[in-house]
Amino acid sequence: MIEAIEAIPAQFIVIFVGFLAILAFVGLNAVLLVYLERKIAGFIHRRPGPYEVGPHGILQPIADGLKLVGKQIFTPTGADSYLFWLAPMISIAPALVCFIAIPFGPHLQIINTNVGLILILAFTGINVLALCIAGWTSQNKYSLLGAARDISQSVAYEIPLLITVLSVVFMTGTFNLFDIAAGQGAWPWQWYIVYQPLAFVLFFICVLAETNRAPFDLPEAESELTAGFHTEYSGMGFAMFFLAEYAYMVVASCIVAILFLGGFQGPIAPGVWWFLAKVYIVLLVMIWIRWTFPRVRFDQLLNICWKWLIPLAVLNLLITLAVIAL
Amino acid sequence: MIKTLRETIGGLWSLLVGMKITAINFKSPEITVHYPRQVVPDLEGFRGHIELVPKEDDPFKSKCTACSNCVRICPTSCISMKAAKPKKKEAPAAEAEGSQEPAAKKPKAKPEPVLFELNFNYCSLCGLCVQSCPTNALRFSDDVYLAGFTRQEFVFDLLARLQNQAQKKEQ
Repeated sequence: MIEAIEAIPAQFIVIFVGFLAILAFVGLNAVLLVYLERKIAGFIHRRPGPYEVGPHGILQPIADGLKLVGKQIFTPTGADSYLFWLAPMISIAPALVCFIAIPFGPHLQIINTNVGLILILAFTGINVLALCIAGWTSQNKYSLLGAARDISQSVAYEIPLLITVLSVVFMTGTFNLFDIAAGQGAWPWQWYIVYQPLAFVLFFICVLAETNRAPFDLPEAESELTAGFHTEYSGMGFAMFFLAEYAYMVVASCIVAILFLGGFQGPIAPGVWWFLAKVYIVLLVMIWIRWTFPRVRFDQLLNICWKWLIPLAVLNLLITLAVIAL
Repeated sequence: MIKTLRETIGGLWSLLVGMKITAINFKSPEITVHYPRQVVPDLEGFRGHIELVPKEDDPFKSKCTACSNCVRICPTSCISMKAAKPKKKEAPAAEAEGSQEPAAKKPKAKPEPVLFELNFNYCSLCGLCVQSCPTNALRFSDDVYLAGFTRQEFVFDLLARLQNQAQKKEQ
């Protein structure tokens, strides 16, 4: 028995345990973020938010989850049921993979790979495919419009996102997320947000657009498209999309924290807590933005990207290169 | 070019102003109440079903003079009223129905309603009855807790309601 266990390469065990931890982390984050989102929305509207399930409504996300699990799974008539149910899985799976390269602390990283940043950018790109399939196979005009919007939005915003990431990568000379975080100091004036403030703002805007968060939540604009690409999904199909959306939010916040806010670096307390605190501050700002700004129109959305973000990102990259060359 | 830049910077500044406003609202105390456990203190301005206004000197009597303006103007005919003159003494009351002479003798015997019913099932809350009342004897109640299983529950005897309110006030 022991020999059999010893025969398994240590790397596999690390990945297996790490993957279980990721599943737990993603689930817990979704529960916490749903609660925070609804509470903050309530406080900003000057109402109590969820209050009835458990003390101050803390069991509300669990009740929501149970409701979703108990719902009937339903495929619309004329839909391609194979692709229809594949779409939520395609949406959630890459989100989970993204976490393996993220350094949560100086000693808490599942795989320390040289291409961590590329891995995350590549896998988050797959989400577009999932939304496209979901919209296309739903046999529903709202879903199709939502999917079409998501594709044009993601394609447009991926460009400034990658260019701003490049300017940080040229500064550090590595795609390794651990090295990027370790290259920054413990104090805020040693973080890359000080060297690259424009890149930070551009990256944050692109992250909002890529994760389909308000004010760029056009693929699921409630007022015009009912629920966009996930209109026809019920029960766990919807829950998977929902979980994936929050998982991508967490991944994006982790990247923001690593690239610009010093990652796990911080004085006194252990790195893990600094990292989680930074990630949650970014997430709270995202929630805050969602309940402040109205949704942009579609032409405005693309105008912001093509007329402002891409030229500014290129400009920022050129300045960065010039400074490095000198 | 400069105009565009100025507009853009102004727009970005307005985003920060918006975030400040939501932050202030986030910190401010909530203005809703936890309904089943708390209720709002007053329902001033709420237009519920109509009710009778009591006289200033006698809370058990309504100001209504039984002119039946409200009955006639109601577009859905949901008010029904029966009027009678108050019988202070037994003997002249019998004469009052026969001829006009006793009425002239007693000018103080004004008619008043003995039955004032509102069929709230048909009421559209238009308020014409309240507007047309010459003595301001009708007003909107602030009764929001209206729910029932039968139509009969929404045929309100407004005179009985007036009595109840007066009794509650005395206690």
